[in-house]
Amino acid sequence: MNYTLLILGMAVITVLIKAIFFILGDRLSFPAWLNQALSFVPVTVLTAIITPMILAPHGENLELNLHNPQLLASLVAVVVCLLGRRQLLTIAAGLLSFFLFQWIFTG
Amino acid sequence: MTINNETPLSARALKLSNLVKGARDTIPMLVGAAPFGMIFGALVSTSTMMPWHGQLMSLSVYAGSSQFIAAGLVASHTGMLVIWLTTFIVNLRHMLYAATLLPHVAHLSARWRWLLGFLLTDETFAVVAGHHQQPLSATERRYAHWYFLGSGLAMYSNWQCWTLIGLLFGTLFPGLQNMGLDYAMVATFIAIIVPQLHKLPYLAAAVAAGSFAFLLRDLPYKLGLLTAVFVGVTVGMVLSRQMLSNKESV
Repeated sequence: MNYTLLILGMAVITVLIKAIFFILGDRLSFPAWLNQALSFVPVTVLTAIITPMILAPHGENLELNLHNPQLLASLVAVVVCLLGRRQLLTIAAGLLSFFLFQWIFTG
Repeated sequence: MTINNETPLSARALKLSNLVKGARDTIPMLVGAAPFGMIFGALVSTSTMMPWHGQLMSLSVYAGSSQFIAAGLVASHTGMLVIWLTTFIVNLRHMLYAATLLPHVAHLSARWRWLLGFLLTDETFAVVAGHHQQPLSATERRYAHWYFLGSGLAMYSNWQCWTLIGLLFGTLFPGLQNMGLDYAMVATFIAIIVPQLHKLPYLAAAVAAGSFAFLLRDLPYKLGLLTAVFVGVTVGMVLSRQMLSNKESV
């Protein structure tokens, strides 16, 4: 496969998706219901991306148990985020506890 | 410096201070993106692609999760058209981000809008949308595109550096992509999502989207993701309408 062509095609597709509304912006006006629907987009998209990564980290079956470092670290991150409301603290706590749990379970 | 009697110098200072503030507010996201960029580089360095292809992808595509998926699809010998289609679907969410931020960029020149569109990512969206949810002064609103640019440039340069590190060290440490570094994305997204769940419709929308994404995770071309988002948004809309009509009937 011509990888350069592959990548440049991906780049064109991506920049058009990202920029098309910004470029057409002046000519677009959204009805109120659509604006309301858009306000739900970030939270649903991001949750939809990470939930399978947490619950089935190996891409196969549900791993709802205490030997799943992704699940445990995510619980830690959620609690830290609720208590501290600090993004950096949440990310650091999630990452560090993930590596700790992973090290415990494999070591 | 006064706002009414603006000298060129003070305008430049205001642009710079908003640029720096945008970059500073993005620091937590940089930490989360770092391991993710590194594992992407490592993934490319051990694939059939040349290392410079990995850097070219980070420089020109600049969309982490789709780069990641593309590298995986290349490894499993998927055709070019399918990879392009997958890129399209995985990145569709940026269209919704752009629609959300549109009121804040619609007045800018076309050059600015292309640039900010190119720099739009999950992380920069979260930071910039958060910025606009705060009470901003007139000057802060006026220079908010510099804040956007600061956030975008910080993410972009961070992504290039960590891609390069992954490309360089991926062949030296072949275990790098099995260390679970992609968990960094999960931790980052948790830090973005959780503060937004303070209202019931948003919590319900997230739970519905997460459940459907999990149940439909084996559908091809990320169709499960799209369905999950559609269901989540619908649940959120229905709930907020109901809460509104309950309030009106009381």
